[in-house]
Amino acid sequence: MHKPLPSLPDQRPPPVAVKGLKKVYRDVAAVDGIDFTLAAGAVTALLGGNGAGKTTTIAMLMGLVIPTSGEARVFGANMASERHRVLHRMNFESPYVDVPMRLTVRQNLEVYGRLYGVRELKAAIAETAEELRLTEFLDRPYGKLSAGQKTRVSLAKALLNEPELLLLDEPTASLDPDTADWVRGKLADYVRTRHATVVLASHNMAEVERLADRVIMLERGRVIADATPSDLIARFGRRNLEEVFLAIARRATEPEEDTRCR
Amino acid sequence: MPLTGKPTPRAQRLREPNSLAASANRIWGMILRYWYVIRSSWPRTAELIYWPLVQMLMWGFLQSYLATASNFAAKAAGLFIGAVLLWDILVRSQLGFAVAFLEDIWSRNLGHLMMSPLRPVELVVALMAVSFIKLMVAMVPVALLAYTFFGFNVLSLGLAFAAFFANLVLTSWSLGLVSTGVVLRWGLGAESFAWLIVFVLLPVCCVYYPVATLPAWLQPVSLALPPTYVFEGLRAIVLEGRFVTVLMLKAVALNVVYFALGFAAFAYFLQSARRHGSLVQMGE
Repeated sequence: MHKPLPSLPDQRPPPVAVKGLKKVYRDVAAVDGIDFTLAAGAVTALLGGNGAGKTTTIAMLMGLVIPTSGEARVFGANMASERHRVLHRMNFESPYVDVPMRLTVRQNLEVYGRLYGVRELKAAIAETAEELRLTEFLDRPYGKLSAGQKTRVSLAKALLNEPELLLLDEPTASLDPDTADWVRGKLADYVRTRHATVVLASHNMAEVERLADRVIMLERGRVIADATPSDLIARFGRRNLEEVFLAIARRATEPEEDTRCR
Repeated sequence: MPLTGKPTPRAQRLREPNSLAASANRIWGMILRYWYVIRSSWPRTAELIYWPLVQMLMWGFLQSYLATASNFAAKAAGLFIGAVLLWDILVRSQLGFAVAFLEDIWSRNLGHLMMSPLRPVELVVALMAVSFIKLMVAMVPVALLAYTFFGFNVLSLGLAFAAFFANLVLTSWSLGLVSTGVVLRWGLGAESFAWLIVFVLLPVCCVYYPVATLPAWLQPVSLALPPTYVFEGLRAIVLEGRFVTVLMLKAVALNVVYFALGFAAFAYFLQSARRHGSLVQMGE
């Protein structure tokens, strides 16, 4: 009988590894030397007020913005110079970026399915639409849909290639509570069944508490807190993440105080 | 492959992204994206035909009038209509390229495209294909009407027409690359550049008159532009009945240089847009 082999440490690069990441526009540092590594299957929320550096960080993770210094690696690929190695393994959803308005939902999903190289595309579109309750809207132009329906289409586009890394920028902004709850449920199911890694930028603290395993809080381009939601709540002696967010954000505006919390 | 069911191995659900088939699939996806827009709106299709038709009718009637008043114009039947049709090939092809790209900015879709596996060269190939499709949609009916109204058959130019057409389309793509690159870098504030860049050439590349008409200091500029040789070539055919091969060879040589420069400019502006964060601002 063979002895079982000892398990080897995982040699695969982490889904996201950010090191000394900095982006300066003229003389303003939008992101100011941040470091973090995300494990596979983790949902990490990037929190911070407006201008904290969340969108710039996500844009550098997608390779849309080249860092001034430092690097953002996704599945080992430097996103400034070798992003095309890994772009098919990730996807992005944001209510602030649309898909073409004149195209029907089916046409949009067909276009993006081709861009991401999805095999058996017709079946994938039908099944994704079924899963996201879009079947009856498939032949309707995207521009004629309600905000909730548009979010579902955007989500379908983001999940069509079954990404291993999903970047979400306020995925439930402007949705009614019921639809927002339904979207969060779908995202939670997807993460659980696919062991997907998620980076979530959100201003909705209830959403973060429900979805995120970890919170990275940014202020003026720097990481000022990095912990699990429950750790943060306990450490700050607050009732929920919203109160923690307000406490940290207000302390962070006081210049001399060290607000780091790791 | 339901999203919440058992995961499918990556190789089974996605094509190998570096394969030729995947690249062709991405280009086809983009062509479909633009084709669906053209197909979705008849006013847009009508708009493609509108200006070339108006121009052709105006120059056609003017030429008909001049033919009754001057020996030269009578002898040069087809010169103005031929010139306007060729000029519109240049304009429509460049606009077809640039406007297709602008559609993605207007619809706030650029962020999704730029973070998809679509390569810049694939986007450019798709834009070239779409500009060609739009050109056909615009120019085939107008060429047919030119024959119906004024008896001018563009195909009677034979192989010369193919050479003129190919050179003008190549020039239009070079201009399209530069103009979309500028919009990528500076955003919609530079949109008018994409609309107007081609018209800078109108007085200099001698659409309706010979190069000798220009002042001496401007002639070298004119001779550095590929369309100048096309319009000189058209005049040689219509007025002298001969196809001047050397003019076409010069146009091709210049076009190769300009296309390479155009692509380099596009790549440079795209990289610059990534450095300056312009892609994110345009996507939102």
